[in-house]
Amino acid sequence: MMKDGRPKLAVFKFSSCDGCQLSILNLEDELLEIGQRVTIAYFLEASRATVDGPYDVGLVEGSISTPHEKELIKDIRRRCRTLIAIGACATAGGIQALRNWKDVKEFIGVVYAKPEYIETLEKATPVSEHVKVDFELRGCPVNKYQILEVLTAFLAGRKPDIPSYSVCVECKRKGTVCVVVSRGMACLGPVTQAGCGAICPSYGRGCYGCFGPMESPNVESLAERFLQLGVSRRDAALMFKGFTGWAEPFRKAGEVLEG
Amino acid sequence: MKGKTKTVSVDYLARVEGEGSLYIKVKGDQVVDVKFRIFEPPRFFEAFLRNRKYYEVPDITARICGICPIAHQMSSVHALEMAFGVKVDDGIRELRRLIYCGEWIESHALHAFLLHAPDFLGYEDAIRMAKDHPDVVNKALFVKKLGNKLVTLLGGREVHPVSVCVGGFYKVPTKRQLDAVKDELRQGMEVARELLEWSAKLKFPKFEQEYEFVSLRHQNEYPMNEGRIVSNKGLDIDVSEYDEYFVEEQVPHSNALHSYIKGRGAYFVGPLARINLNSDKLHDITKETLKDIGFRIPCKNPFMSIIARCAETLYSFEEAIRIIEDYKEPPRPRVDYEVRAGIGYGCTEAPRGILYHRYEVASDGTILSAKIVPPTAQNQKRIEEDLRSMAPEVLKLPPKQAVWRFEQAIRNYDPCISCATHFLKLEVERS
Repeated sequence: MMKDGRPKLAVFKFSSCDGCQLSILNLEDELLEIGQRVTIAYFLEASRATVDGPYDVGLVEGSISTPHEKELIKDIRRRCRTLIAIGACATAGGIQALRNWKDVKEFIGVVYAKPEYIETLEKATPVSEHVKVDFELRGCPVNKYQILEVLTAFLAGRKPDIPSYSVCVECKRKGTVCVVVSRGMACLGPVTQAGCGAICPSYGRGCYGCFGPMESPNVESLAERFLQLGVSRRDAALMFKGFTGWAEPFRKAGEVLEG
Repeated sequence: MKGKTKTVSVDYLARVEGEGSLYIKVKGDQVVDVKFRIFEPPRFFEAFLRNRKYYEVPDITARICGICPIAHQMSSVHALEMAFGVKVDDGIRELRRLIYCGEWIESHALHAFLLHAPDFLGYEDAIRMAKDHPDVVNKALFVKKLGNKLVTLLGGREVHPVSVCVGGFYKVPTKRQLDAVKDELRQGMEVARELLEWSAKLKFPKFEQEYEFVSLRHQNEYPMNEGRIVSNKGLDIDVSEYDEYFVEEQVPHSNALHSYIKGRGAYFVGPLARINLNSDKLHDITKETLKDIGFRIPCKNPFMSIIARCAETLYSFEEAIRIIEDYKEPPRPRVDYEVRAGIGYGCTEAPRGILYHRYEVASDGTILSAKIVPPTAQNQKRIEEDLRSMAPEVLKLPPKQAVWRFEQAIRNYDPCISCATHFLKLEVERS
């Protein structure tokens, strides 16, 4: 807390695309007010001024993928009263977790001529695998209004109102005709947590799972349905092994499909 | 002082997208070493794209960068369409320009006003700047929001939109949906014109270099998705020849590869390069406003990139309005095509400059290899050379101001470090 009573907010970046912290800057109507309500104590994408911790709320974007990040996240945990992981990278490892099934040394060789300069870990993993996390906000990217809700809730000392039901519920509410039933498309909506507003089905394509698995998802049944729809085992596996592919239920489904 | 070594360093550079640092070492009056380091963790997109399916590529490559997902989607679909021999309908071509206008607006407004303008006025960030300059910050947020609105209208959301695919879009907007935003875009255009005028009144450090500016050039329009790669020093090549003229090299201090033109060296991509090479293709209001503010082509002062960024923002509004007025819904959201084995090259103008993608695809649509060269990797060598050239003058400033000036100079290029690998660290060693 600052002397003026405003809570201190910090935003940290790990291995990621910046899209989740950008979602804060995309709150164009609310941004200046947020800046008045809290002290933006550490948010390097937005400001070169930094205030030392401890911080009241720390938002962490990105997965842990280098030896340096592995140490840094522990230090950040010590400096934040509340630590919130935001986005698919921080909560599930993100797209870069696709390396987790492969030999990362071979990967380095594909991209870099001099592998010896590159420091990286075998696996890209979620923040919760390294430190205790107080809340996980899903999405690739997060929904900016959900970020606002989570921030408001933690600052007010209440539980954030973030639903854990599936994308199907959002489709029904929007009145979007089911792409699986009506068009025979493969869609991860039945096993993916809501939050995006069921965008993909409303654009005539199946959900690709960027908010990660919902609570108790029936992935086996959905995988079976994909095969019945004529999707090859390999293509069905790729669907699960996407932006949140390292999250356990999706990881297992992908591995079972690949055999 | 003479003969003594001094260094300036910034460990984590702020107001850039991603993680980077700066290190400058000076001995006496001689700059001994300059390193613009990118330590953004490597994420290996080119490696894990192999064995994925072609239709996943625009969604996966969007995740390289949250600020310019459209750029990666555009370069990837153009490359894959070339590999499959796909020609899209005119309406689709126009809609792709329209969604790119949205991305240019949101990205340019973000960089010019939230990230770069505070440097010129001596503020740590835009929120502090807003206390003294509420009008300009609010205008910028208004414009930025409209850019995001366009992206969302076509793509479903502002970050990692979902509608772009090989052959076109999953869904295209109706004429009525587009007409509904026209009035707001007209307001946005007026505000963007005011912001361009405002940007020209900033105080610019005196600094000019003989740059090789590189951008796309198209015979009929300001370049976005199509054109030849040209420069002010005679380069004029097809996109498919990129690898013959440009080389990437790995340096120990960076997780991003440095690009240079074979036999020539560093080059400059981005809004200033584009406007220097294509100012004749701008629309009338942008041309007139640039004339009114006395902006002269070619402009060789990188600090004036902020003017180029504001001009392109204004142009994007003009172009978006034109597209919407001429819009006829395409007969189908995407064209039919057959997947076949081949190699495809795509180069489009990301907000920060040319973005090159190349894919080798198997006959069943599996990606065999991928190469991605983002604009920041291309500018990285140029940024180091700017810092080296300006260091003797800048180091005469008091240390804190010197560090800030170097940071500002890096921000001239709007480095997007997530793309190039992400965040800047400035270190000037002085002893």
